[in-house]
Amino acid sequence: MKLKFVGLLIGAFVFLFPFYYMLIGSLQAEPDPSVGGAFPSPGNLTGRNYGEIDAAINLGRSLLNSGIFTGGVILGTLVFGVLAGYALARLQFRGRGAVFGLMVLVQVIPFQLLTIPLYVLIVRSYGLADSYLGMIAPFAINSTAVFVFRQYFLQLPQELFDAARIDGANELNILWRVALPLVRPALLTGVLITFIGPWNEFLWPFLITKQHDLQPLAVSLSNYLTTVSARAANPFGAVLAGACVLAAPAVGLFAIFQRRFISQGIESGIKG
Amino acid sequence: MSLMIRTAAGRRSVGRTARGGHPVRRSLLDRILGNQPIGTAFVTPYLAFLAAIFAYPLGFAVYMSFHDYFFAAPGAIVERPFVGFENYTAVLADPAVRRAFGNVLVFLVINVPLTVVLSLLLANALNAAIRWRTFFRVSYYVPYVAASVAVVGVWLFLFNSNGLVNSVLGPLAPDPSWLVNTSLAMPTVAVYVTWKQLGFFILLYLAALQNVSKDLYEAASVDGAGRWKSFWNVTVPGVRPASTLVVLLATVTGANLFTEPYLLTGGGGPDGASASPVLVMYQRGIEQGNPDAGSAIGVLLVIGVLLLALVERRFVGREES
Repeated sequence: MKLKFVGLLIGAFVFLFPFYYMLIGSLQAEPDPSVGGAFPSPGNLTGRNYGEIDAAINLGRSLLNSGIFTGGVILGTLVFGVLAGYALARLQFRGRGAVFGLMVLVQVIPFQLLTIPLYVLIVRSYGLADSYLGMIAPFAINSTAVFVFRQYFLQLPQELFDAARIDGANELNILWRVALPLVRPALLTGVLITFIGPWNEFLWPFLITKQHDLQPLAVSLSNYLTTVSARAANPFGAVLAGACVLAAPAVGLFAIFQRRFISQGIESGIKG
Repeated sequence: MSLMIRTAAGRRSVGRTARGGHPVRRSLLDRILGNQPIGTAFVTPYLAFLAAIFAYPLGFAVYMSFHDYFFAAPGAIVERPFVGFENYTAVLADPAVRRAFGNVLVFLVINVPLTVVLSLLLANALNAAIRWRTFFRVSYYVPYVAASVAVVGVWLFLFNSNGLVNSVLGPLAPDPSWLVNTSLAMPTVAVYVTWKQLGFFILLYLAALQNVSKDLYEAASVDGAGRWKSFWNVTVPGVRPASTLVVLLATVTGANLFTEPYLLTGGGGPDGASASPVLVMYQRGIEQGNPDAGSAIGVLLVIGVLLLALVERRFVGREES
Protein backbone atom coordinates (compact mmCIF):
# COMPACT_ATOMS: atom_id res chain seq x y z
CA MET A 1 0.00 0.00 0.00
CA LYS A 2 2.84 2.37 0.84
CA LEU A 3 4.43 1.72 -2.53
CA LYS A 4 1.19 2.49 -4.33
CA PHE A 5 0.77 5.71 -2.41
CA VAL A 6 4.30 6.87 -3.16
CA GLY A 7 3.85 5.97 -6.82
CA LEU A 8 0.63 7.95 -6.99
CA LEU A 9 2.30 10.86 -5.26
CA ILE A 10 5.13 10.93 -7.79
CA GLY A 11 2.54 10.71 -10.56
CA ALA A 12 0.55 13.60 -9.13
CA PHE A 13 3.72 15.69 -8.97
CA VAL A 14 4.49 14.98 -12.64
CA PHE A 15 0.94 15.90 -13.60
CA LEU A 16 0.58 19.03 -11.51
CA PHE A 17 4.05 20.51 -11.57
CA PRO A 18 3.78 22.05 -15.06
CA PHE A 19 0.64 23.90 -13.93
CA TYR A 20 2.35 25.17 -10.80
CA TYR A 21 5.29 26.21 -12.96
CA MET A 22 2.92 27.95 -15.36
CA LEU A 23 1.60 30.08 -12.52
CA ILE A 24 5.04 30.85 -11.07
CA GLY A 25 6.45 31.66 -14.51
CA SER A 26 3.60 34.02 -15.23
CA LEU A 27 4.43 36.00 -12.11
CA GLN A 28 8.19 36.30 -12.63
CA ALA A 29 9.63 39.62 -13.68
CA GLU A 30 12.69 37.88 -15.11
CA PRO A 31 12.42 34.31 -16.41
CA ASP A 32 14.46 32.08 -14.14
CA PRO A 33 14.90 28.61 -15.65
CA SER A 34 17.21 27.39 -12.86
CA VAL A 35 15.96 25.00 -10.19
CA GLY A 36 15.65 27.92 -7.78
CA GLY A 37 13.25 29.57 -10.19
CA ALA A 38 10.67 26.94 -9.37
CA PHE A 39 10.22 28.56 -5.96
CA PRO A 40 8.64 31.96 -5.67
CA SER A 41 11.09 34.64 -4.67
CA PRO A 42 9.47 37.85 -3.42
CA GLY A 43 11.90 40.09 -5.27
CA ASN A 44 11.06 38.57 -8.65
CA LEU A 45 7.25 38.69 -8.52
CA THR A 46 5.18 40.93 -10.71
CA GLY A 47 1.78 41.19 -12.38
CA ARG A 48 3.28 42.92 -15.39
CA ASN A 49 3.16 39.86 -17.65
CA TYR A 50 -0.61 39.89 -17.52
CA GLY A 51 -0.59 43.53 -18.60
CA GLU A 52 1.81 42.71 -21.40
CA ILE A 53 -0.23 39.85 -22.84
CA ASP A 54 -3.37 41.94 -22.51
CA ALA A 55 -1.77 44.77 -24.48
CA ALA A 56 -0.60 42.34 -27.17
CA ILE A 57 -3.73 40.24 -27.78
CA ASN A 58 -6.56 42.00 -25.91
CA LEU A 59 -7.43 39.37 -23.33
CA GLY A 60 -10.95 40.66 -22.74
CA ARG A 61 -11.93 40.49 -26.38
CA SER A 62 -10.32 37.05 -26.84
CA LEU A 63 -12.09 35.72 -23.76
CA LEU A 64 -15.37 37.11 -25.05
CA ASN A 65 -14.81 35.34 -28.39
CA SER A 66 -13.98 32.07 -26.63
CA GLY A 67 -17.10 32.57 -24.53
CA ILE A 68 -19.39 33.16 -27.50
CA PHE A 69 -17.91 30.19 -29.40
CA THR A 70 -18.26 27.91 -26.38
CA GLY A 71 -21.65 29.29 -25.40
CA GLY A 72 -23.03 28.75 -28.89
CA VAL A 73 -21.90 25.13 -28.89
CA ILE A 74 -23.35 24.54 -25.42
CA LEU A 75 -26.66 26.12 -26.43
CA GLY A 76 -26.89 24.00 -29.60
CA THR A 77 -26.04 20.87 -27.64
CA LEU A 78 -28.54 21.60 -24.88
CA VAL A 79 -31.43 22.33 -27.24
CA PHE A 80 -30.95 19.86 -30.07
CA GLY A 81 -28.84 17.33 -28.19
CA VAL A 82 -31.41 16.93 -25.42
CA LEU A 83 -34.20 16.51 -28.00
CA ALA A 84 -32.20 13.83 -29.81
CA GLY A 85 -31.12 12.11 -26.59
CA TYR A 86 -34.71 12.02 -25.35
CA ALA A 87 -36.05 10.64 -28.62
CA LEU A 88 -33.32 7.99 -28.72
CA ALA A 89 -34.08 6.88 -25.17
CA ARG A 90 -37.84 7.24 -24.83
CA LEU A 91 -39.63 7.44 -28.17
CA GLN A 92 -40.27 4.62 -30.59
CA PHE A 93 -40.02 5.81 -34.13
CA ARG A 94 -38.79 4.43 -37.39
CA GLY A 95 -35.04 4.58 -37.83
CA ARG A 96 -34.17 4.99 -34.17
CA GLY A 97 -31.59 2.22 -34.30
CA ALA A 98 -29.99 3.75 -37.37
CA VAL A 99 -29.70 7.17 -35.69
CA PHE A 100 -28.15 5.54 -32.64
CA GLY A 101 -25.66 3.70 -34.85
CA LEU A 102 -24.72 6.95 -36.59
CA MET A 103 -24.16 8.66 -33.27
CA VAL A 104 -21.70 5.94 -32.24
CA LEU A 105 -19.99 5.95 -35.64
CA VAL A 106 -19.45 9.71 -35.55
CA GLN A 107 -17.36 9.36 -32.39
CA VAL A 108 -14.63 7.48 -34.25
CA ILE A 109 -14.45 9.66 -37.37
CA PRO A 110 -11.33 11.77 -37.01
CA PHE A 111 -12.46 15.38 -37.22
CA GLN A 112 -9.19 16.39 -38.82
CA LEU A 113 -10.05 14.49 -41.99
CA LEU A 114 -13.05 16.78 -42.34
CA THR A 115 -11.14 20.02 -41.89
CA ILE A 116 -10.24 20.48 -45.57
CA PRO A 117 -13.74 19.85 -46.98
CA LEU A 118 -15.34 21.81 -44.13
CA TYR A 119 -12.93 24.67 -44.77
CA VAL A 120 -13.85 24.65 -48.48
CA LEU A 121 -17.57 24.52 -47.70
CA ILE A 122 -17.81 26.94 -44.80
CA VAL A 123 -15.18 29.46 -45.83
CA ARG A 124 -15.30 29.31 -49.61
CA SER A 125 -18.86 28.28 -50.44
CA TYR A 126 -20.86 29.83 -47.62
CA GLY A 127 -18.54 32.76 -46.91
CA LEU A 128 -18.62 32.19 -43.16
CA ALA A 129 -14.95 32.96 -42.51
CA ASP A 130 -14.41 35.34 -39.60
CA SER A 131 -17.85 34.74 -38.15
CA TYR A 132 -19.09 33.13 -34.96
CA LEU A 133 -21.52 31.01 -36.95
CA GLY A 134 -18.72 29.48 -39.02
CA MET A 135 -16.77 28.82 -35.84
CA ILE A 136 -19.67 27.13 -34.06
CA ALA A 137 -21.20 25.14 -36.94
CA PRO A 138 -18.89 22.08 -36.97
CA PHE A 139 -19.30 21.62 -33.20
CA ALA A 140 -22.93 22.69 -32.83
CA ILE A 141 -24.17 19.41 -31.32
CA ASN A 142 -21.75 17.36 -29.23
CA SER A 143 -22.40 13.67 -29.90
CA THR A 144 -20.84 12.53 -26.64
CA ALA A 145 -23.29 14.77 -24.79
CA VAL A 146 -26.20 13.32 -26.80
CA PHE A 147 -25.04 9.89 -25.69
CA VAL A 148 -24.89 11.00 -22.05
CA PHE A 149 -28.38 12.53 -22.24
CA ARG A 150 -29.71 9.29 -23.72
CA GLN A 151 -28.15 7.24 -20.91
CA TYR A 152 -29.78 9.38 -18.24
CA PHE A 153 -33.21 9.42 -19.92
CA LEU A 154 -33.05 5.61 -20.21
CA GLN A 155 -32.79 5.29 -16.46
CA LEU A 156 -36.06 7.03 -15.68
CA PRO A 157 -38.93 4.64 -14.86
CA GLN A 158 -41.28 3.92 -17.76
CA GLU A 159 -44.37 4.31 -15.50
CA LEU A 160 -43.70 8.04 -15.35
CA PHE A 161 -44.01 8.35 -19.10
CA ASP A 162 -47.01 6.04 -19.32
CA ALA A 163 -48.84 8.12 -16.73
CA ALA A 164 -48.06 11.39 -18.47
CA ARG A 165 -49.17 9.99 -21.82
CA ILE A 166 -52.43 8.71 -20.37
CA ASP A 167 -53.01 12.21 -19.00
CA GLY A 168 -52.73 13.34 -22.58
CA ALA A 169 -49.53 15.36 -22.31
CA ASN A 170 -47.70 15.78 -25.59
CA GLU A 171 -44.13 14.58 -25.90
CA LEU A 172 -42.59 18.04 -25.78
CA ASN A 173 -44.47 18.72 -22.56
CA ILE A 174 -43.43 15.40 -21.07
CA LEU A 175 -39.81 16.17 -21.90
CA TRP A 176 -39.99 19.69 -20.49
CA ARG A 177 -42.09 19.09 -17.36
CA VAL A 178 -41.46 15.46 -16.43
CA ALA A 179 -38.16 14.22 -17.80
CA LEU A 180 -35.89 17.28 -17.77
CA PRO A 181 -36.36 18.18 -14.08
CA LEU A 182 -35.29 14.63 -13.22
CA VAL A 183 -32.10 14.66 -15.24
CA ARG A 184 -30.56 17.96 -14.10
CA PRO A 185 -27.27 16.20 -13.26
CA ALA A 186 -27.15 14.99 -16.87
CA LEU A 187 -27.47 18.54 -18.12
CA LEU A 188 -24.57 19.63 -15.94
CA THR A 189 -22.42 16.69 -17.09
CA GLY A 190 -23.35 17.41 -20.70
CA VAL A 191 -22.43 21.08 -20.35
CA LEU A 192 -19.07 20.24 -18.76
CA ILE A 193 -18.17 17.66 -21.42
CA THR A 194 -19.20 20.09 -24.13
CA PHE A 195 -17.39 23.03 -22.57
CA ILE A 196 -13.85 21.68 -22.83
CA GLY A 197 -14.22 20.94 -26.57
CA PRO A 198 -14.69 24.42 -28.07
CA TRP A 199 -12.91 26.22 -25.22
CA ASN A 200 -9.71 24.30 -25.94
CA GLU A 201 -10.20 23.85 -29.69
CA PHE A 202 -7.37 25.26 -31.74
CA LEU A 203 -7.26 23.99 -35.33
CA TRP A 204 -10.72 24.97 -36.54
CA PRO A 205 -10.99 28.55 -35.20
CA PHE A 206 -7.36 29.02 -36.24
CA LEU A 207 -8.29 28.12 -39.83
CA ILE A 208 -11.32 30.30 -40.19
CA THR A 209 -10.48 33.46 -38.22
CA LYS A 210 -7.95 35.80 -39.72
CA GLN A 211 -9.44 38.92 -38.11
CA HIS A 212 -7.74 39.43 -34.75
CA ASP A 213 -10.79 40.78 -32.95
CA LEU A 214 -12.74 37.59 -33.66
CA GLN A 215 -10.14 35.08 -32.54
CA PRO A 216 -10.77 32.96 -29.44
CA LEU A 217 -8.07 33.03 -26.78
CA ALA A 218 -6.49 29.70 -27.85
CA VAL A 219 -5.89 31.13 -31.33
CA SER A 220 -4.70 34.60 -30.34
CA LEU A 221 -2.38 33.12 -27.72
CA SER A 222 -0.85 30.73 -30.25
CA ASN A 223 -0.37 33.62 -32.69
CA TYR A 224 1.44 35.47 -29.95
CA LEU A 225 3.50 32.35 -29.25
CA THR A 226 4.58 31.86 -32.86
CA THR A 227 5.08 35.44 -34.02
CA VAL A 228 4.96 38.34 -31.58
CA SER A 229 6.65 36.78 -28.57
CA ALA A 230 10.15 37.10 -30.05
CA ARG A 231 9.96 40.88 -29.66
CA ALA A 232 8.59 41.02 -26.11
CA ALA A 233 10.67 41.87 -23.06
CA ASN A 234 9.78 38.70 -21.13
CA PRO A 235 8.12 36.48 -23.77
CA PHE A 236 7.77 33.43 -21.54
CA GLY A 237 6.23 35.41 -18.74
CA ALA A 238 3.63 36.87 -21.10
CA VAL A 239 2.89 33.51 -22.77
CA LEU A 240 2.51 31.80 -19.41
CA ALA A 241 0.23 34.61 -18.19
CA GLY A 242 -1.98 34.03 -21.24
CA ALA A 243 -1.77 30.28 -20.67
CA CYS A 244 -3.01 30.71 -17.09
CA VAL A 245 -5.98 32.75 -18.28
CA LEU A 246 -6.80 30.16 -20.95
CA ALA A 247 -6.42 27.13 -18.68
CA ALA A 248 -8.06 28.55 -15.57
CA PRO A 249 -11.78 28.33 -16.54
CA ALA A 250 -11.61 24.69 -17.68
CA VAL A 251 -9.46 23.56 -14.76
CA GLY A 252 -11.57 25.57 -12.32
CA LEU A 253 -14.88 24.19 -13.57
CA PHE A 254 -13.47 20.70 -13.52
CA ALA A 255 -12.12 21.04 -9.99
CA ILE A 256 -15.47 22.35 -8.70
CA PHE A 257 -17.59 19.74 -10.47
CA GLN A 258 -15.10 16.88 -10.44
CA ARG A 259 -17.73 14.42 -9.18
CA ARG A 260 -19.66 14.89 -12.43
CA PHE A 261 -16.65 13.70 -14.40
CA ILE A 262 -15.27 11.15 -12.06
CA SER A 263 -18.20 9.27 -10.51
CA GLN A 264 -17.69 5.67 -11.48
CA GLY A 265 -19.15 5.65 -14.92
CA ILE A 266 -22.13 7.67 -15.96
CA GLU A 267 -24.66 5.24 -14.50
CA SER A 268 -23.87 5.89 -10.87
CA GLY A 269 -24.28 9.63 -11.40
CA ILE A 270 -28.03 9.40 -11.06
CA LYS A 271 -29.92 7.79 -8.24
CA GLY A 272 -33.66 8.14 -8.64
CA MET B 1 -23.80 -4.75 -36.68
CA SER B 2 -26.75 -2.46 -37.15
CA LEU B 3 -29.02 -5.22 -35.94
CA MET B 4 -27.08 -5.48 -32.70
CA ILE B 5 -27.32 -1.76 -32.10
CA ARG B 6 -31.02 -1.81 -32.85
CA THR B 7 -31.53 -4.54 -30.31
CA ALA B 8 -29.52 -2.71 -27.69
CA ALA B 9 -31.45 0.49 -28.26
CA GLY B 10 -34.86 -1.15 -28.29
CA ARG B 11 -34.52 -3.79 -25.62
CA ARG B 12 -35.42 -1.76 -22.58
CA SER B 13 -38.66 -0.30 -23.84
CA VAL B 14 -39.77 -3.62 -25.32
CA GLY B 15 -39.25 -5.28 -21.95
CA ARG B 16 -41.16 -2.55 -20.20
CA THR B 17 -44.17 -2.79 -22.50
CA ALA B 18 -44.38 -6.52 -21.91
CA ARG B 19 -44.22 -6.07 -18.17
CA GLY B 20 -46.71 -3.23 -18.17
CA GLY B 21 -49.06 -5.72 -19.77
CA HIS B 22 -51.09 -3.46 -22.00
CA PRO B 23 -50.11 -4.37 -25.53
CA VAL B 24 -51.82 -1.55 -27.37
CA ARG B 25 -53.34 -2.78 -30.61
CA ARG B 26 -50.92 -1.40 -33.12
CA SER B 27 -52.36 0.16 -36.23
CA LEU B 28 -50.65 -0.12 -39.58
CA LEU B 29 -49.45 3.48 -39.31
CA ASP B 30 -47.97 2.77 -35.90
CA ARG B 31 -46.11 -0.19 -37.24
CA ILE B 32 -44.62 1.84 -40.07
CA LEU B 33 -43.74 4.98 -38.14
CA GLY B 34 -43.38 3.63 -34.60
CA ASN B 35 -45.51 4.44 -31.54
CA GLN B 36 -44.20 7.99 -31.22
CA PRO B 37 -43.49 9.20 -34.73
CA ILE B 38 -42.77 12.64 -33.27
CA GLY B 39 -39.39 11.17 -32.35
CA THR B 40 -38.41 11.65 -35.97
CA ALA B 41 -38.99 15.38 -35.58
CA PHE B 42 -36.94 15.41 -32.37
CA VAL B 43 -33.89 13.87 -34.02
CA THR B 44 -34.17 15.80 -37.28
CA PRO B 45 -31.94 18.74 -36.24
CA TYR B 46 -29.28 16.31 -35.02
CA LEU B 47 -29.52 14.26 -38.20
CA ALA B 48 -29.29 17.39 -40.35
CA PHE B 49 -26.20 18.36 -38.35
CA LEU B 50 -24.59 14.95 -38.89
CA ALA B 51 -25.38 15.08 -42.59
CA ALA B 52 -23.98 18.59 -43.06
CA ILE B 53 -20.92 18.28 -40.84
CA PHE B 54 -19.92 14.63 -41.21
CA ALA B 55 -21.53 12.76 -44.10
CA TYR B 56 -21.41 15.42 -46.79
CA PRO B 57 -17.85 16.64 -46.05
CA LEU B 58 -16.68 13.02 -45.90
CA GLY B 59 -18.01 12.37 -49.40
CA PHE B 60 -16.72 15.74 -50.53
CA ALA B 61 -13.21 14.90 -49.31
CA VAL B 62 -13.19 11.71 -51.37
CA TYR B 63 -14.56 13.63 -54.37
CA MET B 64 -11.87 16.32 -54.11
CA SER B 65 -9.12 13.76 -53.81
CA PHE B 66 -10.05 12.34 -57.25
CA HIS B 67 -10.38 15.69 -58.98
CA ASP B 68 -8.14 18.59 -59.88
CA TYR B 69 -9.76 20.75 -57.21
CA PHE B 70 -8.59 24.28 -56.51
CA PHE B 71 -9.97 27.36 -54.76
CA ALA B 72 -12.00 29.70 -56.96
CA ALA B 73 -14.04 32.81 -56.28
CA PRO B 74 -17.44 31.92 -54.80
CA GLY B 75 -20.01 31.41 -57.54
CA ALA B 76 -17.44 31.17 -60.31
CA ILE B 77 -18.00 28.21 -62.63
CA VAL B 78 -14.74 26.46 -63.23
CA GLU B 79 -13.83 23.09 -64.60
CA ARG B 80 -12.39 20.63 -62.09
CA PRO B 81 -11.61 17.54 -64.15
CA PHE B 82 -11.51 14.00 -62.81
CA VAL B 83 -7.90 12.94 -62.48
CA GLY B 84 -8.13 9.42 -61.08
CA PHE B 85 -5.36 8.59 -58.65
CA GLU B 86 -3.14 11.48 -59.72
CA ASN B 87 -3.44 13.31 -56.38
CA TYR B 88 -2.65 10.10 -54.53
CA THR B 89 0.46 9.30 -56.59
CA ALA B 90 1.59 12.92 -56.18
CA VAL B 91 1.29 12.96 -52.39
CA LEU B 92 2.79 9.49 -52.04
CA ALA B 93 5.82 10.63 -54.04
CA ASP B 94 6.18 13.70 -51.81
CA PRO B 95 9.05 13.09 -49.36
CA ALA B 96 7.49 15.44 -46.77
CA VAL B 97 4.29 13.36 -46.76
CA ARG B 98 6.18 10.09 -46.45
CA ARG B 99 8.23 11.50 -43.65
CA ALA B 100 5.08 12.68 -41.85
CA PHE B 101 3.54 9.20 -42.03
CA GLY B 102 6.81 7.72 -40.76
CA ASN B 103 6.81 10.26 -37.94
CA VAL B 104 3.31 9.39 -36.83
CA LEU B 105 4.29 5.70 -36.72
CA VAL B 106 7.19 6.57 -34.41
CA PHE B 107 4.71 8.58 -32.37
CA LEU B 108 2.24 5.70 -32.09
CA VAL B 109 4.91 3.11 -31.26
CA ILE B 110 5.87 5.25 -28.25
CA ASN B 111 2.51 6.73 -27.32
CA VAL B 112 0.14 3.74 -27.48
CA PRO B 113 2.05 1.19 -25.33
CA LEU B 114 3.07 3.90 -22.87
CA THR B 115 -0.55 5.03 -22.57
CA VAL B 116 -1.88 1.52 -21.99
CA VAL B 117 0.73 0.55 -19.40
CA LEU B 118 0.77 3.81 -17.42
CA SER B 119 -2.98 4.36 -17.37
CA LEU B 120 -3.67 0.77 -16.29
CA LEU B 121 -1.05 0.88 -13.54
CA LEU B 122 -2.25 4.24 -12.23
CA ALA B 123 -5.92 3.27 -12.45
CA ASN B 124 -5.18 0.06 -10.57
CA ALA B 125 -3.37 1.97 -7.84
CA LEU B 126 -6.22 4.51 -7.67
CA ASN B 127 -8.79 1.75 -7.40
CA ALA B 128 -7.40 0.61 -4.06
CA ALA B 129 -8.61 2.15 -0.82
CA ILE B 130 -6.01 4.82 -0.57
CA ARG B 131 -5.63 8.22 1.10
CA TRP B 132 -6.21 11.38 -0.96
CA ARG B 133 -8.02 9.48 -3.69
CA THR B 134 -10.01 12.49 -4.91
CA PHE B 135 -6.90 14.63 -4.97
CA PHE B 136 -5.08 12.08 -7.13
CA ARG B 137 -7.95 11.68 -9.53
CA VAL B 138 -8.29 15.41 -10.00
CA SER B 139 -4.58 15.91 -10.50
CA TYR B 140 -4.36 13.22 -13.18
CA TYR B 141 -7.29 14.71 -15.04
CA VAL B 142 -6.08 18.33 -15.01
CA PRO B 143 -3.81 18.11 -18.09
CA TYR B 144 -6.65 16.53 -20.05
CA VAL B 145 -9.08 19.39 -19.43
CA ALA B 146 -6.53 22.19 -19.91
CA ALA B 147 -6.16 23.69 -23.37
CA SER B 148 -3.26 22.27 -25.35
CA VAL B 149 -2.21 25.75 -26.44
CA ALA B 150 -1.83 26.78 -22.79
CA VAL B 151 0.04 23.66 -21.74
CA VAL B 152 2.36 23.84 -24.74
CA GLY B 153 3.49 27.24 -23.44
CA VAL B 154 4.81 25.79 -20.21
CA TRP B 155 6.38 22.75 -21.91
CA LEU B 156 8.31 25.09 -24.19
CA PHE B 157 9.59 26.82 -21.08
CA LEU B 158 10.46 23.50 -19.38
CA PHE B 159 12.16 21.80 -22.35
CA ASN B 160 13.96 24.84 -23.68
CA SER B 161 17.74 24.51 -24.28
CA ASN B 162 18.33 26.27 -20.96
CA GLY B 163 14.98 25.35 -19.42
CA LEU B 164 14.34 23.73 -16.07
CA VAL B 165 14.54 20.12 -17.32
CA ASN B 166 17.98 20.68 -18.75
CA SER B 167 19.20 22.52 -15.67
CA VAL B 168 18.08 19.57 -13.52
CA LEU B 169 19.77 17.11 -15.88
CA GLY B 170 22.96 19.19 -15.99
CA PRO B 171 25.59 17.39 -18.07
CA LEU B 172 23.03 14.71 -19.06
CA ALA B 173 20.97 17.23 -21.04
CA PRO B 174 20.75 16.30 -24.73
CA ASP B 175 22.44 18.53 -27.23
CA PRO B 176 20.76 19.88 -29.31
CA SER B 177 17.92 20.17 -26.81
CA TRP B 178 14.75 18.06 -26.81
CA LEU B 179 12.47 19.91 -29.19
CA VAL B 180 15.13 20.99 -31.67
CA ASN B 181 16.86 17.60 -31.81
CA THR B 182 16.03 15.62 -34.96
CA SER B 183 15.87 12.28 -33.22
CA LEU B 184 14.28 13.48 -29.95
CA ALA B 185 11.61 15.91 -31.21
CA MET B 186 9.02 13.28 -32.14
CA PRO B 187 9.55 11.15 -28.99
CA THR B 188 9.22 14.30 -26.87
CA VAL B 189 5.95 15.16 -28.59
CA ALA B 190 4.78 11.56 -28.04
CA VAL B 191 5.59 11.76 -24.32
CA TYR B 192 3.85 15.13 -24.11
CA VAL B 193 0.65 13.77 -25.66
CA THR B 194 0.76 10.64 -23.46
CA TRP B 195 1.01 12.87 -20.39
CA LYS B 196 -1.79 15.14 -21.61
CA GLN B 197 -4.29 12.37 -22.45
CA LEU B 198 -3.48 9.94 -19.65
CA GLY B 199 -6.17 11.20 -17.26
CA PHE B 200 -8.92 10.34 -19.72
CA PHE B 201 -7.64 6.78 -20.19
CA ILE B 202 -7.20 6.33 -16.43
CA LEU B 203 -10.92 7.08 -16.08
CA LEU B 204 -11.76 4.49 -18.74
CA TYR B 205 -9.72 1.87 -16.90
CA LEU B 206 -11.18 2.87 -13.52
CA ALA B 207 -14.66 2.22 -14.89
CA ALA B 208 -13.54 -1.12 -16.35
CA LEU B 209 -11.93 -2.17 -13.06
CA GLN B 210 -15.33 -1.93 -11.33
CA ASN B 211 -16.48 -4.82 -13.52
CA VAL B 212 -13.69 -7.19 -12.57
CA SER B 213 -15.22 -9.69 -10.15
CA LYS B 214 -13.90 -9.55 -6.59
CA ASP B 215 -14.25 -13.35 -6.39
CA LEU B 216 -11.51 -13.77 -8.95
CA TYR B 217 -9.08 -11.85 -6.74
CA GLU B 218 -10.10 -13.98 -3.76
CA ALA B 219 -9.64 -17.17 -5.75
CA ALA B 220 -6.23 -15.96 -6.89
CA SER B 221 -5.16 -15.18 -3.35
CA VAL B 222 -6.42 -18.59 -2.13
CA ASP B 223 -4.24 -20.10 -4.85
CA GLY B 224 -1.35 -18.22 -3.29
CA ALA B 225 -0.93 -15.61 -6.01
CA GLY B 226 0.94 -12.51 -4.91
CA ARG B 227 -0.10 -8.98 -5.74
CA TRP B 228 1.86 -8.90 -8.97
CA LYS B 229 0.57 -12.30 -10.10
CA SER B 230 -3.05 -11.44 -9.44
CA PHE B 231 -2.58 -8.14 -11.32
CA TRP B 232 -1.17 -10.03 -14.28
CA ASN B 233 -3.61 -12.97 -14.22
CA VAL B 234 -6.83 -11.32 -13.04
CA THR B 235 -6.71 -7.57 -13.70
CA VAL B 236 -5.06 -7.56 -17.11
CA PRO B 237 -7.40 -10.15 -18.69
CA GLY B 238 -10.36 -8.62 -16.85
CA VAL B 239 -9.97 -5.23 -18.46
CA ARG B 240 -9.06 -6.50 -21.94
CA PRO B 241 -12.15 -4.97 -23.62
CA ALA B 242 -11.17 -1.61 -22.12
CA SER B 243 -7.62 -2.12 -23.37
CA THR B 244 -8.91 -2.64 -26.89
CA LEU B 245 -10.83 0.63 -26.59
CA VAL B 246 -7.84 2.49 -25.13
CA VAL B 247 -5.55 1.26 -27.92
CA LEU B 248 -8.09 2.25 -30.55
CA LEU B 249 -8.80 5.71 -29.12
CA ALA B 250 -5.11 6.43 -28.53
CA THR B 251 -4.41 5.50 -32.16
CA VAL B 252 -7.17 7.75 -33.51
CA THR B 253 -6.08 10.66 -31.28
CA GLY B 254 -2.45 10.15 -32.27
CA ALA B 255 -3.27 10.09 -35.97
CA ASN B 256 -5.03 13.44 -35.50
CA LEU B 257 -1.91 15.09 -34.12
CA PHE B 258 -1.73 18.75 -35.13
CA THR B 259 -1.54 21.36 -32.37
CA GLU B 260 1.55 19.87 -30.72
CA PRO B 261 3.88 19.75 -33.75
CA TYR B 262 2.51 23.09 -34.92
CA LEU B 263 3.29 24.91 -31.68
CA LEU B 264 5.67 22.75 -29.63
CA THR B 265 8.20 22.18 -32.41
CA GLY B 266 7.43 25.29 -34.45
CA GLY B 267 5.63 23.70 -37.39
CA GLY B 268 6.96 20.14 -37.39
CA GLY B 269 10.61 21.04 -36.92
CA PRO B 270 13.46 20.54 -36.83
CA ASP B 271 13.50 20.08 -40.58
CA GLY B 272 10.24 18.11 -40.74
CA ALA B 273 11.36 15.64 -38.06
CA SER B 274 8.13 16.06 -36.09
CA ALA B 275 5.69 16.93 -38.90
CA SER B 276 2.46 14.96 -38.64
CA PRO B 277 0.18 14.00 -41.57
CA VAL B 278 -2.49 16.46 -40.41
CA LEU B 279 0.11 19.23 -40.29
CA VAL B 280 1.27 18.43 -43.84
CA MET B 281 -2.38 18.15 -44.88
CA TYR B 282 -2.94 21.68 -43.56
CA GLN B 283 0.19 23.01 -45.25
CA ARG B 284 -0.60 21.45 -48.64
CA GLY B 285 -4.35 21.88 -48.52
CA ILE B 286 -4.82 25.35 -47.11
CA GLU B 287 -1.51 27.22 -46.86
CA GLN B 288 -0.44 26.22 -50.37
CA GLY B 289 -3.97 26.09 -51.76
CA ASN B 290 -4.16 22.45 -52.94
CA PRO B 291 -7.27 21.07 -51.22
CA ASP B 292 -7.23 18.08 -53.58
CA ALA B 293 -3.79 17.01 -52.38
CA GLY B 294 -4.78 17.76 -48.78
CA SER B 295 -7.88 15.58 -49.09
CA ALA B 296 -5.83 12.76 -50.57
CA ILE B 297 -3.54 12.89 -47.52
CA GLY B 298 -6.63 12.83 -45.28
CA VAL B 299 -8.12 9.81 -47.03
CA LEU B 300 -4.79 7.97 -46.87
CA LEU B 301 -4.56 8.78 -43.16
CA VAL B 302 -8.00 7.36 -42.44
CA ILE B 303 -7.26 4.20 -44.44
CA GLY B 304 -4.01 3.87 -42.51
CA VAL B 305 -5.78 4.26 -39.17
CA LEU B 306 -8.42 1.70 -40.12
CA LEU B 307 -5.78 -0.84 -41.14
CA LEU B 308 -3.84 -0.19 -37.96
CA ALA B 309 -7.00 -0.55 -35.88
CA LEU B 310 -7.70 -3.94 -37.49
CA VAL B 311 -4.16 -5.14 -36.78
CA GLU B 312 -4.39 -3.89 -33.19
CA ARG B 313 -7.72 -5.57 -32.63
CA ARG B 314 -6.37 -8.84 -33.88
CA PHE B 315 -3.28 -8.43 -31.76
CA VAL B 316 -5.08 -7.53 -28.53
CA GLY B 317 -7.91 -9.99 -29.24
CA ARG B 318 -5.70 -13.01 -29.85
CA GLU B 319 -4.45 -13.15 -26.30
CA GLU B 320 -8.04 -13.38 -25.21
CA SER B 321 -8.56 -16.95 -26.38
